[in-house]
This record gives sequence, structure tokens and C-alpha cells, in this order.
Amino acid sequence: MTAKMIRWAAAALAAGIALTATIASAEETVEYPLIKPTRQEWSFAGIFGRYDQAQLQRGYQVYKDVCSSCHAMSYVKFRNLADEGGPGFTEDAVKVLAATYAIEAGPNDAGEMFERPRLPSDPFPSPFPNDNAARAANGGALPPDLSLIAKARAVHRGFPWFVFDMFWPYQEQGPDYIASLLTGYQDPPEGVEVPEGTYYNPHFINGVSLRMPPPLDDDLVEYSDGTPQTKEQYATDVSAFLMWAAEPHLDARKELGLKVMLYLIIFAGILYFVKRQVWRGTPH
Amino acid sequence: MAESDTPAEPTRRDFLLHAAGAFGVVGVAAAAWPFVDQMNPDASTRALASVEVDISGVQPGQAITVMWRGKPVVIRNRTEKEVEEGKTVKLEDLKDPLARNANTDAAADATDANRAATGKENILVMTKVCTHLGCIPLDESGEFGGWFCPCHGSVYDTAGRIRKGPAPENLPIPPYAFLSDTKIRIG
Amino acid sequence: MSGHSTYVPKTAIGKWFEARLPVVRLLHDTAVSYPTPRNLNALWTFGGILAMMLVVQIVTGIVLAMHYAAESTIAFRSVESIMRDVNWGWLIRYLHANGASMFFIAVYIHIFRGLYYGSYKAPREILWILGVIIYLLMMAAAFMGYVLPWGQMSFWGATVITNFFTALPIVGQPIQTLLIGGFSVDNATLNRFFSLHYLLPFLIAGVVVLHVWALHVVGQNNPLGIDVKSEKDTVPFTPYATSKDVLWIVLFMIFYGWFVFYQPNFLGHPDNYIEANPLSTPAHIVPEWYFLPFYAILRAIDFNIGPIDSKLGGVLAMFGAIAVLAFLPWLDTSKVRSGRFRPIFKVAFWVFGVNALFLGYLGSQATDAIIAGLQAVSWAKLSTFYYFAYFLVILPVLGYIEKPKPLPVSINDAILAKSVPGSAH
Repeated sequence: MTAKMIRWAAAALAAGIALTATIASAEETVEYPLIKPTRQEWSFAGIFGRYDQAQLQRGYQVYKDVCSSCHAMSYVKFRNLADEGGPGFTEDAVKVLAATYAIEAGPNDAGEMFERPRLPSDPFPSPFPNDNAARAANGGALPPDLSLIAKARAVHRGFPWFVFDMFWPYQEQGPDYIASLLTGYQDPPEGVEVPEGTYYNPHFINGVSLRMPPPLDDDLVEYSDGTPQTKEQYATDVSAFLMWAAEPHLDARKELGLKVMLYLIIFAGILYFVKRQVWRGTPH
Repeated sequence: MAESDTPAEPTRRDFLLHAAGAFGVVGVAAAAWPFVDQMNPDASTRALASVEVDISGVQPGQAITVMWRGKPVVIRNRTEKEVEEGKTVKLEDLKDPLARNANTDAAADATDANRAATGKENILVMTKVCTHLGCIPLDESGEFGGWFCPCHGSVYDTAGRIRKGPAPENLPIPPYAFLSDTKIRIG
Repeated sequence: MSGHSTYVPKTAIGKWFEARLPVVRLLHDTAVSYPTPRNLNALWTFGGILAMMLVVQIVTGIVLAMHYAAESTIAFRSVESIMRDVNWGWLIRYLHANGASMFFIAVYIHIFRGLYYGSYKAPREILWILGVIIYLLMMAAAFMGYVLPWGQMSFWGATVITNFFTALPIVGQPIQTLLIGGFSVDNATLNRFFSLHYLLPFLIAGVVVLHVWALHVVGQNNPLGIDVKSEKDTVPFTPYATSKDVLWIVLFMIFYGWFVFYQPNFLGHPDNYIEANPLSTPAHIVPEWYFLPFYAILRAIDFNIGPIDSKLGGVLAMFGAIAVLAFLPWLDTSKVRSGRFRPIFKVAFWVFGVNALFLGYLGSQATDAIIAGLQAVSWAKLSTFYYFAYFLVILPVLGYIEKPKPLPVSINDAILAKSVPGSAH
């Protein structure tokens, strides 16, 4: 009887497919990004992954010299640069650095607003006073705040990869995407029309082109530690920095994770023997 | 293989149960800590900036109050009479003999000099929060010409020392420094 | 809670207390002396796991509420300050966010266990329906909780879900306006969702008490699906069931910890790290994974059925997919509970399970995506058809045409038949 049932089910399924197959001829929509991000080796990937302090410092330099002229990063405070598991600036260096930017404060006793140097507790400065000003200065496109960009731009690898990603933790889709985007600008292939004022980039998540001009070029930022000053290196470094900006407690999380997992596994082992001992002599 | 066959088994079972229990208790205690510690001030509160105050406009007999870490800090330019009153009080008449000044030794006496700013005996900087139960005392009131707390009647003198009433300690003096003759940084 | 109590207070204080408030007796009868079938497998530990998850969600939730601000202009920022500045805030938020997913994983296993072993059948109908109510409350709590971070997915999820109500003719629009407290999802919506999100877990806890009460009245089902005949069939809850439950709770925590510490954003959506923007909808809106099968059913109905237009049809189908569970005790006509003894049911059940997973996959895909030569929406129609056919056709009919395998006389007999006496396994 079982076999019969299965045959019926198969027949019904085939009929259903035949009925609906006509609809399938509809055009398939284009999925962005056209090219999936290139997977990179990140120091902070995997169970034992930790941020590379030197890389974060270089990344901050790229952010500061290049990205910050258009992009805000308002959730990150200067003091975070000295936090554990971050770029590892000294507190004095942070004070000096913060003081090079001004912030509006007040009102003072006369009721007027005034400018004062930033303190470590102040956020990174925003290049534009508000979103509308940012749009107006950038041809109508709003340069997104970069505080969370590395977690907000994760490109899913799709089925079946996400199943494997679950068991070997792979959470670096965000920095992969950013690095690919920053180095992915190219001339549009023949026949592809790119809207005026935008730049073709098959790695862009939301179309064929974006308004941000290619931001990086070789020798654009001067590294003091002898790291190669290439576009690719800049892209990688700044992506790592953006990951830290989005997930500043990653080091602490993975470190605590090791302890907790070890504890739970040992505890489970003890409990297994307890259970065996309890059920001993009781067939079940 | 019933339990009665091997007399050692109950011990083994007890041991396992105790080990599991102890392990569990330790785990629960460790897991509880983040849930307690989250109530402590967060990183942004701990990083709260110091305050800079311009006192050039504060004439003798006047005071200004600024906020520092959510509390009012009074900066008083005392008159000569007030300073004199503060100096003549005998230490043994004080309820709290300690200076309570974050800028001096914790064991320093509550002399007027130890309460006032170093080198500027007319300037008194202190947190204006009653040491009894946290109310804000009123300026220039009370029988000692200093501060008077309206909540439960604590009376402070011209150097902010407790003289009468339920408050146990002198008004505390926060850490501060003169950046220039007329500029103070609190914190 | 039922039957004969074996609790005897030993101390004078115990006796004094017992005469005034017999709460210790209640606990003893519920969690110590309560007889459980001795043949329960690990799937029966998921009740305990769910209880643990409810506690975890309530504790972490109360802590998060200490730092969260339910105001649309600062909600997103306040979540970020939890993640960055609050001591251990990142840990507590990841525990809560992933905890919701773990809760659903556990509840789905719990439900499928009930479906396979016929735990919904007499005399456990009320027990089962209470479970369906808990499941519904969980869905409401999870949905409202997902809105609170006020990211793009929060905002658009709230917009889409509250728009379900506009499918109702005439009263739909006013109901939706009433629910969201405005003409679009905004601060008023966020505030009431926060209030309700805080309330619902306590309602769930209340229904859980009834669920456990009902369980203790009728007793647990077991993998054989036959009634407990004598004391030989059972063991006391403590230490037997307790030792198993605790072991599996810890094993489940390892799975949970894996996500919290190494994959904290795997089950979330990247777009929820973008602050809500009423001017732009993300390219693909998808609900959280645990709603995906129902989302696929919603989208499968893209045609009018007589006077019911496709929008109302989709919403009805989606709610119907959950509501049908409540009628299951009467839809399944078989006299035999456990799927072990039902050869055809077994096949239909596993197809149902795979179909449910497939529906979830379809829910995550764009409706016009092509899967094996067929559009996702077409697959969703077939899958939806099977989903309902399983409850409304297969289960009622199978009871009449299926010839079950012979049932063992008692749990004890079945155990003795398959194991050499005395050997633990």
C-alpha cells in the first residue's frame, strides 16, 4: 500500500509541475551583486580569530585620510581607539587625536553655541551637518554611516553554502564585500549603460553602478610600518577596521566563547556519566 | 549488575552527583556575574568628560553652580568675613574632623586651609550634595552662614563643614585644578 | 498534581509549612515523584529545554529593558550602546536575539515529536491545544521583539505584518490603524510593541503552567504511544528524567553557545543593522527564519478564490496553517498514537517534515526565483497544497485505510523484549 501511495503522490506532483511549468518561462531577475565577494583570509575569522592591531591602525589611517571626508562613523567614539581588542592607541594619543577635531558645544552663559576641541568621549566627527547636506554634496546619494557597515552589508552565499557556514563559523561576508567593492571598479562591459554620475562596479550590492567614485589608489595613504602601499592592501586594512568598528567586542566574545564551550563540554561529560549511573540497572 | 552486587557503586554515584552539582553551581555563579555587572555604569558614563569652568565673573560673595557627573558643584568666591569665620572654628567643634578633599591626603584635617583652594583661600569648590541623603543644600543660609539642607535640617558652615543636623560628613570636594587664574577644570 | 502523593514532610518546620501552604508537596509531586514512562527518548527532553529557554529569554530580556529606549528616534542608538558600552551588553543581547531562534528550534522539535508519536490524541487534546496557544504567543512575542531594534527589517517587517489586517474587507483598514496607532508604523507602534513584548512572555509562562498541569493530569505519552498500564512501566521523574533533562539541556546550551559566541549574526538579517528608514524598502524583505514556511504559504496564494481576493486568501491560508494544528486531535482518525506502528503515516509524516523545511527555503527566496526549472511561487503552491492535504485529507483518511502493526502489550513488555535484563543502554 505504501508503494501505491508514493506512486500516486509522484503522479500528482508531475501533474502539478506540468500545470505550472508554463509560468516558469518568465524572465529571471538579476541578483546583485553581479559578482559575489571574494573570500579573504582575515585574522579575526574562525574560533581563534583575533583582530590584528597593526592592521586596525593602518585601517584607521585609511578611514581617516580617505573615507571620513564623506562618510560619518557616529557610533564610534575616540576613546574606543584605546579600548582593549581595538587598534590599541594609548590614552594620551587618543586625547591628542580627538583634540584636533572641533565639536559644537554650549550654550554658554550668554546663550551662544561655541566650538571646543573634541574629547576622547566624543564621537568621530561627521563630515556633513545632516543627511540633506550630505546628499546635496554627493549628487543626491547619501554616503552611509560606516559604524555598522561591515555587519549591514553581508552578502549571503546562498544555499547550500549557508549550511556549511553554520558549522564552520564564517561571519566575514561583510569585510569580504567591502574589500571587493573597493577594488572592484572597472569599465562597464559593452552594451551596459551606466547612469550618469555613477561608476560601474559588479561587486555593488544594489545595482550595476554606484555614485561613489573609486576611492582608493596605490600610494594614496602613507604607511609608516613598511606595509605595501597598494590599493588592495588599503582595501583589506580598511575593511578590517570597519569590522572592528561594527563589532568592537569580537575579541572578548571569542575569548569568552572558548571558556564557556570548554566548561559546557566538560559539564556535559560529567552529566553523561551521571545519567548512565542513574539509569544503570533500569532497562528502558 | 544490580547495585547490590558491587558495593562500591553508591560511592561512585555520590561522587558523580556531587561533582555535577559543584560544577553546575560554579557555572551558574559565573553566568550570573554579567547580569549583575551590567548594572554598573557603562563605558560611556565612565568616560564622562571633565568640566572646564571660567570663574572670572564670580565676585566675592558670589557663587556659581555647574554640573559635573550629574551632580551640582558649587564654586564660591568667599568674602573675607566668611574666610575668617571658617578659620576661627576649632577642630574639636567639628562633627567631621576630616577635610574630605579629593585633592589632599585622605587623613587631612578639616581646617579651612585644607578645604579651600590651594593658594586661593577665598575659593571653595565642592559638591553640593548633602551627605545625609543626597538633597541639595541652599546657599548662604543656616545659622553658620554657609549651607542649609531643607530636607532634614543639616547645617554647614562657610567652609562646607557639617556643624549640626543628621548629616555625617563635610560636603565633599571633587578633584579639580586651576588651568589659569580664572579657569578651573573639575574632574 | 494528580493521583496519589508520596510526599511526607520530615522536619517540624516542613510539617508546619505543609499544613499552611503545601507548595513543597506540589513541587515534589510535579518534579520528583511524578511517574514518567521509562522508555522516553531524548526528544522528550525538549519540554525541559523549552522551559530553560523561556527563563533565559525573560532574564536577558529584563536586563535589556534596563538599557533599551523604546522611542523611535533613539531606539536603534540605544541598542548600539548596549552592544558597545554596557558591561557585557553584547553578550546579553546576542543571548536574547539568538535565544529567540533557539526557542523556536526547540519548539519545532517539540511539535514534530508530538506529531510523530501522536501526542495530540485523546486524552491529550487540551494539552496539545495549550501548546498551540503557547506557539502562537511565542510568534507574537518574537515578531514584536524583532521590531524593537528599529532596523530596516524591524520596520518593514512591522509594516508588512500589520498590513495583514487590511486584507479584511471593510474593517481591515480601521483595525490596522488602531493596531499601529497612526497612519504608518511609527513611534506609537514601537512603544506599544515594547509594552506587549514585555507582557507576552509572562502570559506564555502562565499558559506553560496550564500546559504542565494538563500534562501531569493525563501523563506523558511515550515512543510506543500506548498507555501506562502498571507501575512497572514507569520510573520516578527524579532522578531518572531529571538526569536526562539536565544532560540534554547542557548539550542544547553547547549548540546555543556556538551561535552566540561564533555565529551571532548568522540567524539575523544584515539589513537590521541599518536604521529604519520609512523612505526606502530593502530589496528583499524576509521574516526571521522561523516564520519562513508561513511566509511561503502567504505568498503562494497569488490568485483569487471566488469572492476572496488573493491578499485575503494568503492571509487566511497563513493563519489557517497554524489554526489547523488546533483541530489535529480530531482530524487524525487513527486509533494508534505512535508513528512507529503506522507504515503509511510514517511516509506521509516524513514527507510533511521535508515539505515544511522546503517551505521555509521557499520563504527565503524571491517568488520569481527559478528552482529546478520551476518558479518558487509554483513550488510554494505545491508545498502549501501538501501541507494542508496532510492535515485535512491524509490524516483523516489514513485512520480508515491503514493497517497498523501490532502494538506491544505494555511498555515493560516491549523493553524486556528488546533488551537483555540488567544491561544499561
